[in-house]
Amino acid sequence: MTPSDRDATGLLTRPEPFVQLVTPTGERRANAEFDPWIADIDLAAIGRLYRDMSIVRRIDSEATALQRQGELGLWPPLAGQEAAQIGSARALRDDDFVFSSYREHAVAWCRGVQPAEMLSVWRGTAASGWNPFEHNMAVPQIIIGAQSLHATGYAMGLAWEGSDAASISYFGDGATSEGDVNEALVFAASFDAPVVFFCQNNQWAISEPVGLQSKQPLARRADGFGMPGIRVDGNDVLAVLAATRIALDRARRGDGPTFIEAVTYRLGPHTTADDPKRYRTDDEIAEWRERDPLTRVLALLEASGVDSAGLEREVTADADLAAAELRASITTLADPEPLTVFDHVYAEPNTHLARQRDHYTRYLAMFDEPGAGASDRTEGTTR
Amino acid sequence: MTTLTLAKALNAGLRRALADDDRVVLMGEDIGTLGGVFRVTDGLKAEFGAHRVVDTPLSEAGIVGTAVGLAYRGFRPVIEIQFDGFIYPGFDQIVAQVAKLHYRSRGNVRMPITIRVPFGGGIGAAEHHSESPEAYFAHTAGLRVVACSNPADAYMMVRQAIASDDPVLFFEPKRRYHVKGEVDESASLADAPPMGVATTVATGRDVTLVTYGALVQTARDAALAAAEDGISIEVIDLRSLAPVDYATVAASVRRTGRLVITHEAGQQGGVGAELAASITERCFEYLEAAPVRVTGHDIPYPPAKLERHHLPDLDRILDGVDRVMGRPNSLSGVEA
Repeated sequence: MTPSDRDATGLLTRPEPFVQLVTPTGERRANAEFDPWIADIDLAAIGRLYRDMSIVRRIDSEATALQRQGELGLWPPLAGQEAAQIGSARALRDDDFVFSSYREHAVAWCRGVQPAEMLSVWRGTAASGWNPFEHNMAVPQIIIGAQSLHATGYAMGLAWEGSDAASISYFGDGATSEGDVNEALVFAASFDAPVVFFCQNNQWAISEPVGLQSKQPLARRADGFGMPGIRVDGNDVLAVLAATRIALDRARRGDGPTFIEAVTYRLGPHTTADDPKRYRTDDEIAEWRERDPLTRVLALLEASGVDSAGLEREVTADADLAAAELRASITTLADPEPLTVFDHVYAEPNTHLARQRDHYTRYLAMFDEPGAGASDRTEGTTR
Repeated sequence: MTTLTLAKALNAGLRRALADDDRVVLMGEDIGTLGGVFRVTDGLKAEFGAHRVVDTPLSEAGIVGTAVGLAYRGFRPVIEIQFDGFIYPGFDQIVAQVAKLHYRSRGNVRMPITIRVPFGGGIGAAEHHSESPEAYFAHTAGLRVVACSNPADAYMMVRQAIASDDPVLFFEPKRRYHVKGEVDESASLADAPPMGVATTVATGRDVTLVTYGALVQTARDAALAAAEDGISIEVIDLRSLAPVDYATVAASVRRTGRLVITHEAGQQGGVGAELAASITERCFEYLEAAPVRVTGHDIPYPPAKLERHHLPDLDRILDGVDRVMGRPNSLSGVEA
């Protein structure tokens, strides 16, 4: 039984097949084409994928709690998309480069980014959380779909250099309507760029169902751009891993881009500022909870003779520890110094900004003088 | 010294940049096999190959966006936007990505991207082919905006723009592409005046006339004409629109006491507005008259047969000069 593409407006009613290697109840489905790509993934490796997914889910829920408690300005939860993100990111090599949107916390986790670094930008203490070149992962993108072009350009550069590394662009179903994504697909195909377009179709672009973006499964669009499209169960970490490995292998061999549609679901709100009750039903969420990406892995491991309860206990302890560490580091992050507002606008000296910085420095200095503190200030006294 | 047209000087500057740094790549529509619709990139694909001079699909967002990715990879992309009015599909990538990524990455990611834009009117072109969009970019933090006006500057400034670690909007006065001038192709980047410095192209005592791009030549002609009337005009070629070299302009205004700014772009929110405000702030007590702007009207670029009624020309500039000089002019007796 595969999830249908039915959406709230009923635009898509036709069940569309996708690649699934592990069913929601944890049964392993043989697939002659995809199985060879995960032949090395033994039970221990599956356990590690489960561990990744559990920890990022815990970090994600901690971040939501931190937002509710006023420690973060906003948080875009990833809950429900763990398999899509972990399965694809664990397919990458260190020298591949990731261009993501703002929800790919699990991808950042796989790239070695510290959770506190992920959250600093949402706390508002920094313009970005990490140095992209330390993790080969770009500054996450807020403008929908813009990063798909960056991934394509990066990949064009890789190809011109003769590198066998690849880039991967993460975006959502909503982004497929953006010109940037379509233009990225054109460029990638034209230049045989070694890039993977990884679309997490989580069914909802804030309140807009995927049927508003597309009358047909998104993966089918790939054909029109002249590249293979793979539709995969995005809640099946093994299927996602296999599909991404296939796409990366194509890229490394010089065969160009691949489009992957990972069919998944955003269990939580778009962000902590969103109220999904206004646009979707509890029944729909319950339906998707039955396809949870984590429980099926535990069931698979249990059926394979692994002490899944023991694994769950152990991983839960690790996840709680990661959450506690995150809370401790994020709540002690200091506010940045005022004049750093001028830092890094330009790479080279800029006379205009230097003057503005100087003027604001002088303004701030007034408050350092005895008796001239901000709290003492009254209209006219500082002029 | 070699005598080159402005277009050939750009071609020579691009050739030099490609030769000096193998991370420089040219990207754009029709720039390879055709050599660009203005032939600015003529012969460069044949010389450097299809991976250095790249004919792209017709997508300005695509060109700018892929250039961002290439910059992430350490390339120095040089983009040609075919015509000024075609830049808007790439606007988001320019102002939201190119301009901000150095800031957003806390200085870790550099965007040494040069975006070449043939700009301005006066060539009798179809719509969207004669625009002056420079103020949008001068308004955007993180970008540098320059305009060349002559072959020598074109040759050196395009190399400086490419060498800059900041993104540069590089405006080329398309109606002056065929103007010839002396170019020193042996000059080194280190010896040239910085791209951000304005140039005084004619000295004078009575009025400071500031402009850039195609109107620099018009302004010089206006200065010659005014001299016959006994008015001495100092002409400044701004060259850099962001940041503006206020030191040069202010020093001149403090001597002349009068400022006229002229550009083809419309008046509202234009480069001239910012210049008038900033010079007034800096030089108020030196001014003998309020600064005057002689600009294109605040209209969509008009049909070719009307463009002479839109573009500032020698006579409109002299009318503006008369206004700051307190001489009879088109607005004599009209409330400001």
